[in-house]
Amino acid sequence: MTVAASAPEARTDSFLALSGIGKRFGGTVALDAIDWSVEPGEVHCLVGENGSGKSTLIKILAGVHAPDPGGTITIDGVAHQKLTPHQAKALGIQVIFQDLSLFPNLTVLENIAIDHELGSALKAPPRRAMRETAVAALGRLDAHLPLDAPVGNLSVAQRQIVAICRGLAANARLLFMDEPTASLTRHEVDLLLATVRRLKAQGVAIVFVSHRLEEVVEIAERVTVLRDGRKVGTYPASEIDDHRLAELMTGRRIEHAVRARRFEARQPVLELRKAGRAGEFEDVSLSLHAGEIVGVTGLLGAGRTELALALFGMTPLERGEILLNGTPVRLRSNRDAVAHGIAYVSEDRLSLGLNLRQSIADNISITVLDQLSDRAGLVSPGDRSGMAQGWVGRLDIRTASVDAATQTLSGGNQQRVVLAKWLATRPKVLILDSPTVGVDIRNKQGIYDVVRQLAERGVAILLISDEVPEVYFNADRILHMRDGRIVGEVVPGEVSEHDLAQAIYA
Amino acid sequence: MPRVLRALIGRTETALAAAIVVTAIVFSVTSPYFLTMPNLIDLVEAYSVTTILAAGVFVVLVSGGIDISFTATASAAQYLAAYLMVKQGVPAVPALAISALLGIALGSINALLTYHLRVVSIIVTIATASIYYALLIYFTNAEEIYNLPDWWSNGVSFFRYETANGDIVKITLPIVVMAVVVALTQYLMSRTRIGRQVYAVGGNPEAASRVGIDILRVQLFAYGYLGFLAAIAGFVQAGRVHQAVPTAMKGGELDVLAVAILGGASLVGGIGSVWGVLLGVLFLAMLQNGLNLLGVSSYFFGVVIGLAILVSISMTGYVDKHARGRRVKRAG
Repeated sequence: MTVAASAPEARTDSFLALSGIGKRFGGTVALDAIDWSVEPGEVHCLVGENGSGKSTLIKILAGVHAPDPGGTITIDGVAHQKLTPHQAKALGIQVIFQDLSLFPNLTVLENIAIDHELGSALKAPPRRAMRETAVAALGRLDAHLPLDAPVGNLSVAQRQIVAICRGLAANARLLFMDEPTASLTRHEVDLLLATVRRLKAQGVAIVFVSHRLEEVVEIAERVTVLRDGRKVGTYPASEIDDHRLAELMTGRRIEHAVRARRFEARQPVLELRKAGRAGEFEDVSLSLHAGEIVGVTGLLGAGRTELALALFGMTPLERGEILLNGTPVRLRSNRDAVAHGIAYVSEDRLSLGLNLRQSIADNISITVLDQLSDRAGLVSPGDRSGMAQGWVGRLDIRTASVDAATQTLSGGNQQRVVLAKWLATRPKVLILDSPTVGVDIRNKQGIYDVVRQLAERGVAILLISDEVPEVYFNADRILHMRDGRIVGEVVPGEVSEHDLAQAIYA
Repeated sequence: MPRVLRALIGRTETALAAAIVVTAIVFSVTSPYFLTMPNLIDLVEAYSVTTILAAGVFVVLVSGGIDISFTATASAAQYLAAYLMVKQGVPAVPALAISALLGIALGSINALLTYHLRVVSIIVTIATASIYYALLIYFTNAEEIYNLPDWWSNGVSFFRYETANGDIVKITLPIVVMAVVVALTQYLMSRTRIGRQVYAVGGNPEAASRVGIDILRVQLFAYGYLGFLAAIAGFVQAGRVHQAVPTAMKGGELDVLAVAILGGASLVGGIGSVWGVLLGVLFLAMLQNGLNLLGVSSYFFGVVIGLAILVSISMTGYVDKHARGRRVKRAG
C-alpha cells in the first residue's frame, strides 16, 4: 500500500538535512535512501517498529555507523559523507538512549560533567570546572538536583534530567531521546514536556524516537514514520493519531474491536476475596471465569505484578483468600499453583518464550516434563514425540517433523507451538504479565491471537499490562489498580479508551 | 556537619568501623595485651602483604572484574627478583624494577584476554593463574632461593623505640611500603581521571564506552596496577619469610578477596573505597589476633572469616533491597 507523504521539504536553514542516506549490513538493507530534515529548535517524532531502521539512523548520526557512499549529511549547511563519533559530538548531536547510559555509582555532578574526566590519565579532573558545568546545565533546565548524590538514588525522571544535562554540557543542538516516556508516570511526562519546551526555546532540536506515538506528540511539530528501512513520510503531528500511525508503521489496516463478553452468571474458576500483602496490595477482590480475559492495568508500581506473584503462590497472602472453583485453597509455593492449574508467564520479549533453536517437541514438552517422566525421572523419547505429535495434529502445525527446530516454522506456526506448550499443561488459569513489552505491532497481533485462542479453549486469563489499548481491545473486563488497590472496573465499549487512559494517568 | 553524617550512615565502611571499635573494646577488656603498641604494630606488619594485595584487587573489583591470578603473579615477580639478585648478582634497583615490570605484564595479559575474548574475568584469571604457576614451577623446579640480601630479609627499621616494659616497637619496611601503596591507590582512584574512569566502567561499561572512555585502557590500568602491587607484595612477603618460595603464596587469594569484599568493594563493580579495604583488613586482623590471644584454635579462624563475609554481604543485600524498595523492578 502506498501512503501519500505530505513531507514538508528540507529548508535551507535546517539544522540537519539528510539526502539519500542508505545502509546495508551484508545483504540486508537497513536503511534505504532516506531524505530527512530537522529544523533548529524543532520537536520531531521518529517512529517505526523494531527493525524499521530507527536505531541504524540514530547510529549513523551519532557516528557509530558510516552510511553507504552516495548520501550526504548536511549539518549547519556543511555537507558530510559520514560522521565520526567525535565529529557528531562536536557538531552538537547527542543521543539519550533508553537506558540513559548513566553511571549509578557516580554523583550527579560527575555524570553531567563526565567529559572532564576523559583524556590524560594521571591528571586530576578539574573539580571546579566540573561543578560549574553541572550547575550551568541544571540551570538551563531550571532543575534542582543534589550534585553530590549518587545517580542510583534518583528516580527515573530525575535520572532523565541528568542524562539531558549531560547532553547540554556537551553543547547539544540536536538531542535524540530514545523511548523517553517508557517508564514515566503522567506527571513525570508533563515535567519532561516542560523541559523539552524550555530546550526548544533555547534553540535545541529534539527528536523523540519511539515505536509508538506517545504523549510527546502533543508538543511535536512533525512526525516521521519509518518502515522496513524506508521513510514512509513526514507528517504534521496534528494529522496523526494512534490508529493512523499503526497503519503507517505496519502498512496494514489493523482491526480494532472490543471483546467485552459477559460471564457473571457462572461459577468463577478463580476468585480472590479481600486479599492483601503489606506494602504491596490491599483489599483486592476479583473473579475470573473459564474463557474470560480480564485485564489488569495501572501505572508501574500499582501492585499489578505483586498481585500476580501472589496468585502464582510465589508470595503468600497475608489477608484474604483465594478460591478455585469455589473452594478456598492455600498456595504455599508456585508448585502448589501449578498443581492447581495456574500458569504464570512473566513479561517476555519474544513470543512468550520459545526456544527457537530447539525442536518443536522440546518446546511443547518443556512445561510437562514431570508428567512425561517415569518413576526414575527419565523421559522416553517416544512418549515425548508422541505427545508433541498429538498437539501438532490437533492444532494443525505445518511441519515435516516434531524434531525440526522451531525457527524453521513460519510465524503463525510458531505461535501455535506456544499455544500447544501452554495447553499441554492443561491450565485453568493463565496469568500473563506484560506479554508484549518490546514487541512490534505485527508480532503483538500474533500474541493477542494466541491469547484469544487460549481463552476460546476455556482458559481463564488474567492479562496484566500498562498499555491501555492492549487491555482495552483484548479483555472482557478491565480492573484498574492504583497504589495496591483496585480502584475501578471497566467494560470496554462502555467507557472509551481515551477516558480509561485519562483515569489511569490522572 | 550533619550532611557528612548522613552521607556516612548506611555505608559499609561506617558499619565496619563500628564493628572494629566494638571488637577492639571487647578484646581489650578480655586481653590486656591486645591494645598495646607492640601488638598493634605486629598486627599491621603481619597483614602488610594482604593489605597491599587487597588494594590492587580493590581496583580490579571497582572496574567490574575480578582476578584470581595475583598470587601467581606475586610469586613469579618475587622469584624473579630473588633470582636476579642472588643468582645473577644484579643490583637491587634494576632487579626489582624488572620484576615489577613482569608483574605489570602478567596483569596486562589478564586485561587483554578479558577484553579481547569477551570472557568473564574470573574464568580468564583462573586459567592464567594455572598457567603462571605451572610455568613458574616448571622453570624453577620449585626450588627455594635462600640467602636474600640482608636489607631484604632482615628489614630496614625506619623508627624504633623501647616501651616502658622493654618491648621493642619498630616501624619496618613492610609497614612503610604498605602505607605508601594505600596512599597511592587512594590518590589514583579518587584524584585522577583514570581512577574515575575505573569507577565509571565498573558502574556501567556500556555507558562508559558511549561517552568515549577507552575500556581497554581502563582494564589495562586496573589489571596492570594489580600486577604491579602483586609484585610489590611478593617482594615484601619474601622479605618477611627470608626466602623466595614459588608456591608460598598459593591459596592466599581468597583471604585477600575476602577483605576487599568485607571492606565494601562490590563484586558487580563501581563501588568501594581504599579506606573500606583498609578497615576490612583491620577487622579481620583484629579478630584473628584477639581470638589468638584468647587461646581460640587457629583452625577456627576460617569459620570466623566465612561468617564475617556472609554477614557483610547479606547486610549489603538487605540495605540495597530496602533502599530500592518498591522502585521499578523491571527495566522495560
